[in-house]
Amino acid sequence: MITRGFTSRRQASNEAGRIPPGQHLVEGFPVLSASPTPHVAIEEWSFELKDGSMPLRKWTWSEFNELPQTKVTRDIHCVTTWSKLDTPWEGVLVDDILAAAKVGVRTPFLLAHSYDGYSTNIAAADLEGNKAMVALRYEGRPLERDHGGPARLLVPHLYFWKSAKWIKGLQFTQHDEPGFWETRGYHIRGNPWQEQRYSND
Amino acid sequence: MTETSDDALIGGRWQRAIVVAVRPQTPTIKSFILAPQTPFPFESGQHVDVRLTAENGYTAVRSYSIGSSPSEFHRIELAIERLSDGEVSPFFHDVVAVGDEIELRGPLGGHFIWTAQDGGPLLLVGGGSGLVPLMSMIRSRQSAVGAVPAVLLLSARTWQDVLFRDELLDIEVGLSGFSFVLALTREQPRRRADYGRRIDERIVSDALQRLPGCPKIVFVCGNNPFVNAAAEGVLANGVPREKIRTERYGV
Repeated sequence: MITRGFTSRRQASNEAGRIPPGQHLVEGFPVLSASPTPHVAIEEWSFELKDGSMPLRKWTWSEFNELPQTKVTRDIHCVTTWSKLDTPWEGVLVDDILAAAKVGVRTPFLLAHSYDGYSTNIAAADLEGNKAMVALRYEGRPLERDHGGPARLLVPHLYFWKSAKWIKGLQFTQHDEPGFWETRGYHIRGNPWQEQRYSND
Repeated sequence: MTETSDDALIGGRWQRAIVVAVRPQTPTIKSFILAPQTPFPFESGQHVDVRLTAENGYTAVRSYSIGSSPSEFHRIELAIERLSDGEVSPFFHDVVAVGDEIELRGPLGGHFIWTAQDGGPLLLVGGGSGLVPLMSMIRSRQSAVGAVPAVLLLSARTWQDVLFRDELLDIEVGLSGFSFVLALTREQPRRRADYGRRIDERIVSDALQRLPGCPKIVFVCGNNPFVNAAAEGVLANGVPREKIRTERYGV
């Protein structure tokens, strides 16, 4: 349906093909979260890898920083319809976390858990193969609290609610278990290119 | 975070809605009353996605909270603030007229919601147009039997910028267990109980004292710096983190 009187904003040609349907570009970095921003001190921070209820490996902040660090620059897409291009991150690839723990992919499904009680499910296939990392830095600086600092998950090819802020661990699960937003009507996978915003999309 | 009723209706298909009224509310906020072709039940705090399509096929989608009460779901009210560098809000302010058709889908959002069964007391904290989803709660609460005690703490630039001001004043004098505190950031307060500064721990403390007990749920809505400051103020008053739900206007 054409909206009477609405004219398009032209997008620069180098952005063509990089903005998924229904999204618009932003220059800033909007902040969205469902509860008060938690304070997580790096002295108390840890990251735990689990298989169901069984712990596989746990790292302190300094141990985690000794894992291989990787830099990536990615476009990110929030389900609230903003997209941001060329965001530079640095952190530990999920592949390197699994390698350091000397475990392979134990089940096809994972849950990311956060310090504020948030959780989100991600398929193993969306995390392995250089697709995702636990990010510790943004634009060369320690990740700000508003953006999930000290550490957040980064799964840039899915809507950004999958990139859990204030992450404290990843857990293999036997089944695809919906997380916080997925139990509240949001899509189980969240691929922005297929506009998988809500559960019936 | 607390688990809540997860049976809220979410989603819906894109559909047309007719603009049945446009009402200037403040110098920067207008209300748009929309009648969806297929009305849908919703809960206070939920939002809709609005989609605008240009003749060349370009689309713009934005989320807007519903300000009206779920009890009158055939017509929904969106109160839209004009953002000078925006793409969609200036269109609403400058172009949209009664009789226009707008595409929308909803209801959306399953966390920042309140129903009568959730109960109270309630502390509602809003910044500017962040009042909109809270207003749906206030209006819904008004129509309920034995309305739960509720206090609204609202920040705005000036008295003129207070969205739904006259309605809030009317509800407050109705002796319904509702009162509100204004924190005006660019003007001295006009009412004795209001403040002429940004929301801080002391102001939150004052608002909490108007409630008969610790709030069951605290809803905070506004832009991110506002929500951070207000949520810190609520936490500093000893309200447990898991009682606080936030909605941040991202763009």
